[in-house]
Amino acid sequence: MVLKRRHLLGIQDLKVEEMELILYQAKAFKEITQRRIKKVPTLRGQTVVNLFYEPSTRTRTSFELAAKWLSADVVNISTSTSSVVKGESLRDMAKTIEAMQADTIILRHGQSGAPHLLSNLVSSSIVNAGDGSHEHPTQSLLDIFTLLEHRPTLNGLVVGIVGDILHSRVARSNIWGLTKMGAKVVVVGPPTLIPVEIERIPVEVAYDLDKTIERFDVLMILRIQLERQQSNFFPSINEYVKFYGLNNERLKRAKEDVLIMHPGPINRGIEIAPEVADGPHSVITDQVTNGIAVRMAVLYLLATGWGEG
Amino acid sequence: MKLFKKAEVIDEKDMARTISRLAHEIVEANKKVEELVIVGIRSRGVPLAKRIAQRISEIENREIPVGILDITLYRDDLTLIAPQPIVRETQIPFDIDEKTIILVDDVLYTGRTVRSALNALIDFGRPHAMHLAVLIDRGHRELPIRADYVGKSIPTSKHETIEVRLKETDGADEVLICELKER
Repeated sequence: MVLKRRHLLGIQDLKVEEMELILYQAKAFKEITQRRIKKVPTLRGQTVVNLFYEPSTRTRTSFELAAKWLSADVVNISTSTSSVVKGESLRDMAKTIEAMQADTIILRHGQSGAPHLLSNLVSSSIVNAGDGSHEHPTQSLLDIFTLLEHRPTLNGLVVGIVGDILHSRVARSNIWGLTKMGAKVVVVGPPTLIPVEIERIPVEVAYDLDKTIERFDVLMILRIQLERQQSNFFPSINEYVKFYGLNNERLKRAKEDVLIMHPGPINRGIEIAPEVADGPHSVITDQVTNGIAVRMAVLYLLATGWGEG
Repeated sequence: MKLFKKAEVIDEKDMARTISRLAHEIVEANKKVEELVIVGIRSRGVPLAKRIAQRISEIENREIPVGILDITLYRDDLTLIAPQPIVRETQIPFDIDEKTIILVDDVLYTGRTVRSALNALIDFGRPHAMHLAVLIDRGHRELPIRADYVGKSIPTSKHETIEVRLKETDGADEVLICELKER
């Protein structure tokens, strides 16, 4: 099996075997992340550009460390301090970066489809680090990798994705990724935060967390995107916490060995209570550590795959 | 192109004797057995490393730590060979500082694999010394590298290949000289 791709744009068009290859490679790269000297010479001479049009700490840092531990040179461009504020378009920005011989561009953008657009404009490899409410493929891969550290297979697992499904690229990538790997996905949230076309993708919808929580082997809690809440998708934060906030009381009804995940950053006390985020079921910090290994695997496979398109 | 078997140079009995001799030579050259660790290069260096370690522990009545090294990420031909070599896990679950490492591989040829392995190991710490043990030395070095313990030296031509087969990976213990020929 070879990952014959130049770009990683989403999970939706990945084959199961391609996902399995990335996950298998990530296991080898995880060993490197646990060494005292976390550095291999593999991508020496390659240039990776982090181009982030939205704020991000963990994804950007994770990609940066992944590239640096593979010995690539990394440049970070955050648009708030770049020529984007002078009005430079994504297209011109990409052409400029390409002209500086970037081998790989890691793009985070508020518009769904921006990485796809870029992949048709420049010769560099494009990795989608989150586009609008569309996809965040490496997040889904690291979530699956983390689950597979705790469970032998995803076959037959029931995963509840709880919260703001409407705006969540993490939810979309995970719905594709988890179902491809054999899990069943149930999305849970207030009706206003469940997208209308959702029944067209392989997922079950529920509105009542208390009634469904006992079914789940995994609870994936999404961040309430306070920055997107101007248009009042629910009456108040308190009401959301009352019906969907995951606290110890609510957790009592869940399976004894339920795994709790959160893509971060956490709004403590809103979608997840601190005692749950830091509790024995939580694998949230594993997700962060594994993110670097998964991104090293992606950068390695894209650089060596001789992909055509 | 097809691979033709020309000769069997080591059979099962020879293999056991050779590994035993290598173990004795290693012990003889390294009086401080407590400082010895053995690292096998994937893939066939690994079962060989385990067998040598087993033999040394029988001689010295002491467990010898065995590590596994994958050199893919350190190769100098990563983009020249077939696309995307799969990276396998490296497992060196012990400290190598101040240790004498016996690096084990099946065949020593150009020396490039050993060069990669030396670089990889130096990223794990600062060993007291590194020695190289190989089952077969077939010549044609491209780098200034030599083995400290050699099972058998077999001069070959570049058209020939050495096929090392081990019970753990291939179901039999034997070494063959083969030749690539047009059919």
